[in-house]
Amino acid sequence: MSLRAVGFALPAAILVSVLLSWGRFPGRFLLNALVHLPLMLPPVVTGWLLLLVFGVNGPVGALLERWLHVRLVFTEAGAAFACGVMIFPLMVRAIRLSLEAIDPGLDQAARTLGAGVLDRFCSITLPLAAPGVLAALVLGYTASLGEFGAVITFAASIPGQTRTLPLAIYAALDTPGGEAVAARLSVLSICLALIGLVVSEILSPARRRQ
Amino acid sequence: MTLSVVVEQRFRAPAVSVAFKAPTPGVIALFGPSGSGKSTLLNAIAGLARPDSIRVDLGGVALHLLPPSRRRIGYVFQEGRLFPHLTVKANLRYGWMRAQPGPVGYDDVVDLLGLSALLGRRPHNLSGGERQRVAIGRALLSQPRLLLMDEPLSALDQARRDEILPYLSRLRTAFAVPIIYATHAMDEVTRLADTLVLLDAGQVLAAGPLGEILARVDLPLAARDDAAAVLRGKVLSHLPERRLSAIACGSDVLWVPLVDAAEGTALRLRVPARDVMLALREVSGISVTNMIAAEIGAIQVAEAGHAALVELDLLGGGQLVSRITLDAAERLGLRRGLRILALVKAMSVELQKD
Repeated sequence: MSLRAVGFALPAAILVSVLLSWGRFPGRFLLNALVHLPLMLPPVVTGWLLLLVFGVNGPVGALLERWLHVRLVFTEAGAAFACGVMIFPLMVRAIRLSLEAIDPGLDQAARTLGAGVLDRFCSITLPLAAPGVLAALVLGYTASLGEFGAVITFAASIPGQTRTLPLAIYAALDTPGGEAVAARLSVLSICLALIGLVVSEILSPARRRQ
Repeated sequence: MTLSVVVEQRFRAPAVSVAFKAPTPGVIALFGPSGSGKSTLLNAIAGLARPDSIRVDLGGVALHLLPPSRRRIGYVFQEGRLFPHLTVKANLRYGWMRAQPGPVGYDDVVDLLGLSALLGRRPHNLSGGERQRVAIGRALLSQPRLLLMDEPLSALDQARRDEILPYLSRLRTAFAVPIIYATHAMDEVTRLADTLVLLDAGQVLAAGPLGEILARVDLPLAARDDAAAVLRGKVLSHLPERRLSAIACGSDVLWVPLVDAAEGTALRLRVPARDVMLALREVSGISVTNMIAAEIGAIQVAEAGHAALVELDLLGGGQLVSRITLDAAERLGLRRGLRILALVKAMSVELQKD
């Protein structure tokens, strides 16, 4: 499910990062604010807003249901989607950092060598930002493992379907005699978080420059 | 073919108002101090910056109307700007693969610039000089119809510059690509330029053939300490017994210490202004080897050093500059149009392959 969350978020995160790092355009501030909103809002609020917009009776949710027969609420896809929204700002930040570390002169050089916009993006920008994109992947994956508030609000906590690690831990703690399970899951969670942090640190552009 | 460039930028700093024409192929040197608008001009020509108005016409093709990636204008940046994630070979091939097949061959460029040992390396493993050679090769291989070079040697120390200059000299003649070469180093100008465009504060002070502009005593160049004229000639013959070579410059012949070059080799002769003496009539019993008939084109008084700068139009074609004391100029009664002899020591002529 976390993989799907990252899958949801990555292409959009790259697109938004490119937009945000490529100078000024009308609505840049608004886009920036929208992207970072999930980072600031209580996750439950984010989940509820998602419910309003993407719920069965929400404006987008109803269209999705009618045209594509996709229902997000209380499904695994929905949990992944909610996670995707929550990790989006983290991923955008990581990718943007690596994009902004690229010397714009290289893009100009490629231009004088006859490369068009898309060509330059694929042959210069993306490969040079690759460490940042990888770091964003790891960061997003790790963070999405820990999603709680938005998921429980938007997709509930259905065992085997929409249950993230913290949801499982929470459920275990709620069950009499479940402390052992909760402790095991917590250790697993700590390990995953540490691995994620270490890997993303290794991949970060600041470290590579040293 | 003729290259004509007109660039106007009034509302943004730096203000630039430049227009010049030059015959191609050949090297057009943009010479001026930093901040004189050289980079602004090159960026505008390449299409990387948009001035208020621009016209770049090369042999009837309006380059400014094309998007930058389609102009086929190669650009060698001051800092090289090699792609750090690619090997030297992939850097070289970047523009080459995207260009239509053209006259510039991959192997020729690798040969000319001595790159064969570097192909597998990454840019961060190259020295400054090597990096610049790769950057030049990369730009050449994109089959440019015009090559821009923005102070390609300024980031290098003297030893590295001396290492690359011969490559640039060869480049002038190897491919018939017109080159616009921005620099603030006079030695690069005298060595490479065919046309000289003098820039100051975004304006053209003067533009024209190298020899003419260097000899203009009304320009700040002639007042510089290292002022010199450049004559272009061919090796006429060698006199091994006298250890001299004769160089034909127009219809004049200059004698220089024996050079190691075949007859017919094209040479540039740099003659420093302070090494040119003037005489009203033939002088005997003097060590000077060359006495060349000339007419005085102009005289300028240089406040610094109490010197007179004298522009000499050689009767055989070409120009020299002489810097003498004001006193000498008055004693000889020098004036415009006067016939005179320019005395040039053979030892003071600096030769370079053209």
